[in-house]
Amino acid sequence: MKTYDAIVIGAGHNGLTNAAYLAKSGLDVLCVEKNDYIGGATASRALYKDWLYSNCSYVCSLLRPEIYRDLELARHGLQVTPYGGGTVFMENGDYLGSYPDPEVHYREYARFSKADADAYEKYSADTMRQCRFIRDFLLRTPPDPASFKPKDLRELARLGNKFFEMSEQRMYDTIRFWTMSVAEYLDEYFETDVIKAALSGSGIIGTALGIHSPGTAYVLLHHYMGEVDGNMGAWGYARGGMGAVAAALANSFRSLGGELRTDAGVEQIVVKNGSVKGVALTNGEEIDSRIVVSGMDAKRTFLKCMDKSDLDPDFYQRIKNFKIRGSSGKVNIALDGMPTFPALPKGSPLLDGDMHFIDSMERMERAYDDWKDGTWSKDPYVDMVIPTTTDPTMVPPGKHFMSCFVQYCPAQIEGREWTSEECDQFGQTVIDQIAEYSPDFKDLILHAEIRTAQDIDEESGLTEGNIFHGELTMDQLMFNRPIPGYAQYRGPVAGLYMCGSSTHPGGGVMSAPGCNAAREILFDLKRPDITPVNFSED
Amino acid sequence: MNERYDVCVIGAGHNGLVCASLLAKAGKKVLVLEANDQVGGAAVTRTFADGFSVSACAHLLYQLQPQVRKELGLKFELSGDAIGTIALSPDGKHVRMNGKQVTGTSDEDAASYRDFCRRMTRFADLLKTYLNKTPPRLSKDASKADFLTLGQLGLDIRRLGRVEMQELLRIIGMNIFDELNERFENGVLRGALSLDAVLGTHLGPRSPNTILTYLYRLAGSHGTISAPAGGMSTVAEALAHCARDRGATIRTGMPVKRIIIENGRVAGVQTENGEQFSSRLVVSNADPKSTIMCLVSTRNVETGFARRIHNIRMRGNAAKMHLALDGLPAIDGVEEQEYGERFVVAPDDVYVERAFNAAKYGETSDKPVFEITFPSFRDQSLAPDGKHVMSAIVQYAPYSLKEGWSDAARQSFLDTAIDCLGEFMPDLKQKIVASEMLTPADIEKQFLITGGHWHHGELALDQFLFTRPVGGAQQYAMPLDGLYLCGAGAHPGGGISGAAGRNAAREILKREKAA
Amino acid sequence: MTTIQEVPQDRLKSPFYSRQAELDRLNRWHEWKGYRSADGFYETALEYFAIRNSTGVFDLTPMTKYRISGADSLDFIDRLVTRDMRKIKPGRVAYAVWCDDEGQVIDDGTIFHLRQGEYRLCAQERHMSWLTAAAIGMDVSIVDETHDIAALAVQGPTSYSVLKNLGLDGIENLKPFGLDNFDFAGTELMVSRTGYTGDLGYELWISPDKAEALWDALFEAGKHHGIWAIGTEALDQARIEAGYIGAYIDFLPAHVTIRSGRSRSPLELGLEWLVDFKKANFNGRRALAEEKRRGSAWRLVKLDIEGNKPAHHSYIYASKGGRGKEVGFITSATWSPVCKQNIAIGTVRTPHGKVGDKLFVEIYYQREMHWSRVMAEATVVDKPFWDPQRRRATPPGPY
Repeated sequence: MKTYDAIVIGAGHNGLTNAAYLAKSGLDVLCVEKNDYIGGATASRALYKDWLYSNCSYVCSLLRPEIYRDLELARHGLQVTPYGGGTVFMENGDYLGSYPDPEVHYREYARFSKADADAYEKYSADTMRQCRFIRDFLLRTPPDPASFKPKDLRELARLGNKFFEMSEQRMYDTIRFWTMSVAEYLDEYFETDVIKAALSGSGIIGTALGIHSPGTAYVLLHHYMGEVDGNMGAWGYARGGMGAVAAALANSFRSLGGELRTDAGVEQIVVKNGSVKGVALTNGEEIDSRIVVSGMDAKRTFLKCMDKSDLDPDFYQRIKNFKIRGSSGKVNIALDGMPTFPALPKGSPLLDGDMHFIDSMERMERAYDDWKDGTWSKDPYVDMVIPTTTDPTMVPPGKHFMSCFVQYCPAQIEGREWTSEECDQFGQTVIDQIAEYSPDFKDLILHAEIRTAQDIDEESGLTEGNIFHGELTMDQLMFNRPIPGYAQYRGPVAGLYMCGSSTHPGGGVMSAPGCNAAREILFDLKRPDITPVNFSED
Repeated sequence: MNERYDVCVIGAGHNGLVCASLLAKAGKKVLVLEANDQVGGAAVTRTFADGFSVSACAHLLYQLQPQVRKELGLKFELSGDAIGTIALSPDGKHVRMNGKQVTGTSDEDAASYRDFCRRMTRFADLLKTYLNKTPPRLSKDASKADFLTLGQLGLDIRRLGRVEMQELLRIIGMNIFDELNERFENGVLRGALSLDAVLGTHLGPRSPNTILTYLYRLAGSHGTISAPAGGMSTVAEALAHCARDRGATIRTGMPVKRIIIENGRVAGVQTENGEQFSSRLVVSNADPKSTIMCLVSTRNVETGFARRIHNIRMRGNAAKMHLALDGLPAIDGVEEQEYGERFVVAPDDVYVERAFNAAKYGETSDKPVFEITFPSFRDQSLAPDGKHVMSAIVQYAPYSLKEGWSDAARQSFLDTAIDCLGEFMPDLKQKIVASEMLTPADIEKQFLITGGHWHHGELALDQFLFTRPVGGAQQYAMPLDGLYLCGAGAHPGGGISGAAGRNAAREILKREKAA
Repeated sequence: MTTIQEVPQDRLKSPFYSRQAELDRLNRWHEWKGYRSADGFYETALEYFAIRNSTGVFDLTPMTKYRISGADSLDFIDRLVTRDMRKIKPGRVAYAVWCDDEGQVIDDGTIFHLRQGEYRLCAQERHMSWLTAAAIGMDVSIVDETHDIAALAVQGPTSYSVLKNLGLDGIENLKPFGLDNFDFAGTELMVSRTGYTGDLGYELWISPDKAEALWDALFEAGKHHGIWAIGTEALDQARIEAGYIGAYIDFLPAHVTIRSGRSRSPLELGLEWLVDFKKANFNGRRALAEEKRRGSAWRLVKLDIEGNKPAHHSYIYASKGGRGKEVGFITSATWSPVCKQNIAIGTVRTPHGKVGDKLFVEIYYQREMHWSRVMAEATVVDKPFWDPQRRRATPPGPY
């Protein structure tokens, strides 16, 4: 029977990226995917006739341009179209717009407060400074602070140098930024509640924390550090939905000689004499390989797909304690036409942006309290987009697709499974919230796909449906991700590697973990490093 | 003619007294000005009802740094030492903790608790070393000493060993909730430990940072609790005695109106009654906000600094409740001889978190959490014969109450608190002779602490070490020549520890020598 | 549900726009703080020579303007800027810079002492956030009046004659950096003897509803004195000759710099004369005193460059062969038509750039598609390139 050089588990964007680099290096690589479609949470699926849904991830901005270029994703069919702007609808009938043009943006903020409108410039600069600081580490393997290896010491020194490059006061600001809550961070710049509410969303998306929880300011960066055409922080839609990202990566992988199998779920990672030997599929088939790379999250990899006896008990316990929390759900909706939002003027450019319906910090935080009590937010934070205004290829002419990212949504209701009624109620909560601001919305709904955190777990294989494969808190970042001592993509068994978002630098459709893992694998195989280096941040 | 001193210390809180003593010991001519009639600041014993006295703010001693005791030769009598904790459970299955021992839980929890204590005290010991040092500056231009301290910190962390170091770097930013849930099945135990982590802060057990606040609490005497005989004034008086002995002058009833500034440096202080005292150095034991905003005035400092001070989060959540009692209230499952212990009402960690929820929205907790002592049980001097005093920290009562702190709001919170305790002490209500509730607004007014926050500024990673009170001013010297901070608002923070006062004194002497 | 009016999506139009539009044949505009602002109405050279030979009129309305008043207004302003504002009496204007605590320049601008305790701060950038922070603990009111005041710069040797002709009696007594109020069609017209050209000139400030009338009257009064509407390009040439610096050109506002070391202190911008260390406290004082003690990292230089090829964006070297690293770069450059000099403003690392130093700039220039490179010698000069006597004369002569 054939022995592969490497098997990559999961055809999510990180798995495919990793597989593509290994194939590019000349290895014989097989990528196995449990579903009958590829992409994992980066998928477009036709769940309703003639409609393509971006089921899970729905916007694209973090995908590392170095990888985009290196794997020739444009040639392989990927096209990302930027969109801009956003709206927060307010209970009093007003709205807060966010416009791509800085002067219009200024005027809009100045409607609420001139000081806030002015402060936005400093806020952006201060936040960008932090983005720049960490972007430099995205395509690098985090150093192990407990190690004395020259490589780790060098990386640590580099980190220290980067830090000490800043002026004294900026170092203190950086320490504070990394440790404070998004609410406190915003309080230092802005006085207007709705402005703070609008900006705070990015501090909690995908995390099981509230806007007042320390550490959430950092999460902002996971939403600001992306780029479309060199424009920091810009967001875009992949033409054809997010599945187009996976398709391009898969095409790239295949063109490099890789082999991709869907409907091939892994039952277990096979270990013999302390080394991986291959994988056993759910259909009973065993495939041999010298290297196994898991694109699954850390919990699924080690707790579900490995034999406990192959793992050190302490390691097992620490993985068990790795925090992956379901905090968000999705409602995807097929629309018969474009809903109207009477608060916005006709033809407003804001209709092409994202929309939000929570206008105060208190409502933001209260949404979190519901989650802590083990239920979904009754007044949730919804990040709603209608990508078909930008990309009409996903639906029949004149129709629309609406994607609602909903927070907070637990993986379980008070510790037990969701019932189907609760699932419907959850969807209804979201639909009702939107309908408050769009009277014709409900009548336009043709089909709604309601995905709780539990559904995302079951379908996409993200534990608890956590979009980042693990909380982005300080105890799980950089050299702590997923757990201390295992942050360099190597598993606890020889030949076993991790390349999913449970590893540095974490989630978002970034592909950096997949690329970084490939670098370490090639290093261990003593093959030349063919992974791209970070574009210089000068 | 102004009286001349080398140093004026504003406020005879415990840190001010520690600082004054050490400066006087080094030969400085020191004047301490205290606004209230008693020394001690928040470390005082007050009579709150006829014949009933109580430690009016801080009521237990667990953080006093051994260095402070030693260097000052501090001696005072204790009414209780190694005081244990009884975490009350509504079903009477209380959990008792003392040192590394816990009873009332499963054996697994007890074993896990020992392991938890071992690890936490190890980290707390490391922290403690740095609580007693001036935090280094972070700058390419920092002094050799600063780089040495930074290097030492790195080395000390590495010396924990690979596993412990990884664990420290992991949990230092974590919340106590997750850590406790990883370890313990007993909710009462989790509740009690999470309460220790959040007492005096604007944090709930789920808030990241609460491991740090828990370690901070342990970083004195590993959480060993004692109580001074005669209440906290005993400690304050002992400290005042040390200061006077070394030649410092302490004047009470002398609120300072402003710090006199001439040619961009401090020149002395002026009191409310118009007296002026000249000194080249002024050390403020007041919190950073009132020091800069009121005593100095922002116009005498630069804008960025003023803004940073303005942004310090220091809104207290801890109220203090004092009950004069006809006798000890009965508590189901608690023996008569156990009333000298510390009682905790925090039946589980979710309960504590829910109590915190209200504080986020400027509301008081419907079901507050408590740390309770009956000081008169150990110390009959505090109450008439046969009568007793209950002293309790009650959370959460946010300083910025949405409706504002009126007499009615205070009364309503007092009623809530007493009702809540009724569940554990059914005859409490009948035993109450007199009561007092000090909300953070009252604490602000009576003890002159902005926001009524006992740490003089939220204790959180973004207001800790390098950035306490604000980045660039962490070395006790303020950016106004001759002005220093020596209170809890400076590194390391609050609690009756004396660390801030001692560190400040050492820093002042070091800088004076260099000048 | 009611629809809320959307904020304007297009460029704002200044109150003078209708008149400028009449003159507009070239359709050359750019954006300035949200306003439509003219690059020029005529050939740039014509406008430039209007400034130097007769009178150029420039629409200043987009300048950010704040009204500062209240019991602590003097204390507030005095701490805000580096110079001593106690010396600026009512009726006087001060050019000033303001810094953050690190002594890095946030912006420069002019401060008008309108009447006792009441000021107008006028700058290119917006500063509400910083001013609000600076007001913590002070009794001071800060009102953004950018859109409430229309402003014109009237600059050039005949500008005095034009204003005299406009009927501004007593304008002859207005000294440089003085301000006075006049009646114009029943409205208060404030005139200050200030400008950004280094020549004789004035700035006129009036309520927007009288803007068009003022424009018309001004052009009528100037019709025999060579009055021209001008745009930014001509003005920029003039300001380089005068040695004036611009935000986002010759320095970056400190709070928007992302990288380390990209901001500048007043000492590094050649503005030490604006820094008064005798003041007990002002923003940046401690850092600037330290910088003065240890020496600055950068120095702003005015360069007189050989040849006639403007040195836009050039590197500056210490030696002709370009041996070693470059020591700085040019931030503003132009051919000076009036001096017939090739001039530039640049920033170099100390100790380079002392007055009289010879430096070399690497100039790239394009002729018929082909690029060439020349290493031109540049002399560091002290004085502005253009500083005519008439700029200071009071009363000014009728040129």
